Amino acid sequence: MTDNNTNHDSGAGAEGPDRVIGTPSPAGESLAGATATAHERRHEGPYPAVETHPRPEEMQRKGEKLAALWFLVAFLAGIGFFVSYFSFPPNAEGEPAIADPQTAQYANMLMGGTIALALFAIGAGMTVWARRVMPHYEVSSPYDELPSSPEEKGSFSDFFMQGAHESGFTKRPLMRRTLLLAMVPLGLAPIVLLRDTGPLPGDKLKHTMWEDGMRMVVEGTDRLIRASDLDEVGGMVTALPESHDPEHGLSLNDQAKTVVLLIKMDPADFSDEMTQQQLDWTHDGIVAYSKICTHVGCPAALYEQTSHRILCPCHQSTFDAANGAKVVFGPAHRALPQLPVRVDDEGYLVAAGDFSSAVGPTFWDAEKGD
Amino acid sequence: MSTTPAPKALRGLGNYIDDRFHLAKTGEKNLRKVFPNHWSFMLGEIALYSFIILLVTGVFLTLWFNPSMGHVVYDGSYERLRGVGMSEAYASTLHITFDVRGGLFIRQVHHWAALIFVASLVIHMLRVFFTGAFRKPREINWLIGVAIFTLAIVEGLFGYSLPDDLPSGMGVRIFQGVLLAIPVIGTYLMMFMFGGEFPGEAIIPRLYTLHILVIPGILLALIVAHFMILWHQKHTQYPGTGRTEKKVVGTPMYPAFAVKAGGFFFFTFAVIAGLAAFVQINPIHLFGPFTPTSITSGLQPDWYMGFLEGALRIFPNWFDFTIAGYAVPMGVLLPGLGGMGLLFGGLAAWPFIEAWITGDKRHHNVADRPRNAPTRTGIGAAGVTAYGLIWLAGSNDILSETFSISLYATTWFFRIAIILGPIIAFIVTKRICLGLQRRDREILEHGYESGTIQQLPSGEFIEVHKESSPDTVHVLQSKPPARIDIDSTDENGVEPPSGRGAKGRLRARLAHWYTKDNVSFEGVRPHSGHHLHHGATASEEESVKAH
Ligand code: HEM
Ligand code: FES
Repeated sequence: MTDNNTNHDSGAGAEGPDRVIGTPSPAGESLAGATATAHERRHEGPYPAVETHPRPEEMQRKGEKLAALWFLVAFLAGIGFFVSYFSFPPNAEGEPAIADPQTAQYANMLMGGTIALALFAIGAGMTVWARRVMPHYEVSSPYDELPSSPEEKGSFSDFFMQGAHESGFTKRPLMRRTLLLAMVPLGLAPIVLLRDTGPLPGDKLKHTMWEDGMRMVVEGTDRLIRASDLDEVGGMVTALPESHDPEHGLSLNDQAKTVVLLIKMDPADFSDEMTQQQLDWTHDGIVAYSKICTHVGCPAALYEQTSHRILCPCHQSTFDAANGAKVVFGPAHRALPQLPVRVDDEGYLVAAGDFSSAVGPTFWDAEKGD
Repeated sequence: MSTTPAPKALRGLGNYIDDRFHLAKTGEKNLRKVFPNHWSFMLGEIALYSFIILLVTGVFLTLWFNPSMGHVVYDGSYERLRGVGMSEAYASTLHITFDVRGGLFIRQVHHWAALIFVASLVIHMLRVFFTGAFRKPREINWLIGVAIFTLAIVEGLFGYSLPDDLPSGMGVRIFQGVLLAIPVIGTYLMMFMFGGEFPGEAIIPRLYTLHILVIPGILLALIVAHFMILWHQKHTQYPGTGRTEKKVVGTPMYPAFAVKAGGFFFFTFAVIAGLAAFVQINPIHLFGPFTPTSITSGLQPDWYMGFLEGALRIFPNWFDFTIAGYAVPMGVLLPGLGGMGLLFGGLAAWPFIEAWITGDKRHHNVADRPRNAPTRTGIGAAGVTAYGLIWLAGSNDILSETFSISLYATTWFFRIAIILGPIIAFIVTKRICLGLQRRDREILEHGYESGTIQQLPSGEFIEVHKESSPDTVHVLQSKPPARIDIDSTDENGVEPPSGRGAKGRLRARLAHWYTKDNVSFEGVRPHSGHHLHHGATASEEESVKAH
């Protein structure tokens, strides 16, 4: 409680320095007791005189002027905002339109700058008001005594338990327990309702649309890839399956799963550790790996041809393209899945089946067969 | 018996309200509420004000933003991307930027306010931590604060994901990868969250609902609760003359604090608006729309996600394992979820751990000076160091580029530093605190060094010590007792049962560790030491150390 603050000197003198002009002098007011000091006698504020340190009159006068100046600046800056807003017509309706990034920047600076100035000036004016016009207060007030008294606590506790007894809640356990039981299914209902937010995973995460004979295009184009397109040894191309829906192309979901890095290297560079099967999945030094990092799924987009290393820029997992894309550094654990490739009758590079393992971030049953 | 009658209109309004709510007394009490003066109390205010700014600018953004992943071919005003396929979310963000006047400004205010919101929360929390302001009776408000901090980060991540530009989609991708890593239920959680496989068409609309409705609603409720509790319990205050456990001294709400705080709101808003006007943030038009197949290197998330990014980078894959063929990618789980759990769980648990160790069940309204709680301060410094290092590790590619160090070397540097750094920080900080305690004791006993050199009749030169001000003496004397007497009996003279058993012994040992090095001020009377002989001070220090 702040009650101790109410004992302030309200019988103060007649003409306080901060009397609002035009308000009548309160009637029936007498001078404070003869013992009061001169300062206290003139004090008329909301807080006791000892806790109030008024600013000198001179400072207050200057403070008022300064604050008013800031408020005027704020007003003008506010007007400036409207001017800058209407100086930039929306697109195509005229010049200078904000559709142009450079103009958008300037418009932003003008609109934002004027608003920022207006805000700053109001803040400055208020601060001047608080620090130069208003007194400095050092008011003290007690912290509330937090725990209630033992009597209050005891009384509450009795009251509460008597109520619980009388209502039957404590005395009639059958009713109480069945009520709690009744709540359980209702509590679970909202969770069950979430069931149709998505399909069950099934083995969806383990397969992609790649299948034997599917041709490849360079990512972002419709250009089919021939083995000879990768002739430059050390070359790397990002590829996707050819889409049979030329209007919409491949969905983002399919892109996210099928995207591969096609890397061409000297077949002699393949490590001895690669299995025969892994080597069979290459074609004339061309090897295809999923581009989606097995750590948490960023595209592992950087390829360093001298060391045959694939680097994921997100957390720097590094895979050895010459050795089944095994992890050589970084947080990923699983090798990038390999896509078997071959060449079809017309010389186009095609997949020879789906990936060797699940694509993308490692999950619970990623390494389990079907 | 008012001395300055209120103007008629105001009186009319006041009576109208009071007739219906009986508020005169409560109103006066609350307007008289006292706010202790210290700059560090403004940190929480910055957080409050930036939250308000986020609410207002966020509502403006909803007027134009279209949270849809439907595919469109862009034909808006921004020439460089015309004809490019993208989601409607991205197209509408371009629309806000290049077609809505002031739209770019609102976006940039929203984003800057988000960065400053989380930053001020962190610094505010550090202030509360290091001054022990979380102690009884304020533990519950600390917990609410931790919840606000957690939700603020999630809210920021989801907001960052909405425009569906390239880095934004990468953030969602990483979120998805972390979900997938959860054993047994991960794939289900992910399929339900995304409505199918990544990216699908559901995630942005869903994040949108969370971002503009659910999380801000919870945040608002928590912030209101935070302030109601604060209002009721009042701020802590720093030690000083007249400031006691029972009495708070400061600026009253009305009229002074209201004006000061109002001014400060405008300053905060002005800084955020100034940043939004002149410092570009998240230029999504330069990043291009999200595609799952490409990436640019050197991507940096918003700063508050940096520690997650750093943790994912430096945590090795050594602990990944499989049980019966099922994969448990610890290299994702520990940094991705464990790090968060450790940070938020540790923060939430600390007040209770400390109270258990020290056995301190008293109310505290006077804040600790950090030096007077050296173990806590050391632990805090270790935490800050760990966080800072992990955060820096989130930019190791940029560090490696800037300083031309091998990328892997930076990873190794951080892997080692994250273990050594906090230990060193703890030891150094604690030593500094103890040194400051010793100096405090010396000042209390001998006064402060005046800088004046005097020659004694013996020919020796000494520095004259002057008496400190009463306020300084008060602050120095407010230091709590050096040790906790864990074996002591309770009020009734009974040895607490908690003192026995293995748990009791562990606690006693922790309590000893927690306070053993504290410098005792017991028996020190202000300005009682030799004023003249400096040599005595040195030996005094020795004897303090020997304790
Ligand atoms: C409370 C904390 C909040 C945080 C930390 C936050 C954070 C963010 C961030 C970082 C962005 C990305 C902005 C960009 O650069 O484009 C964003 C976007 C957005 N936010 Fe918030 N926000 C918050 C509250 C709100 C609220 C309350 C609303 C609406 C009522 C809202 C509505 C939006 C909308 C519509 C967008 C997408 C538009 C765009 O990105 O241009 N936000 N938010
Ligand atoms: S996603 Fe590739 S390293 Fe993390």
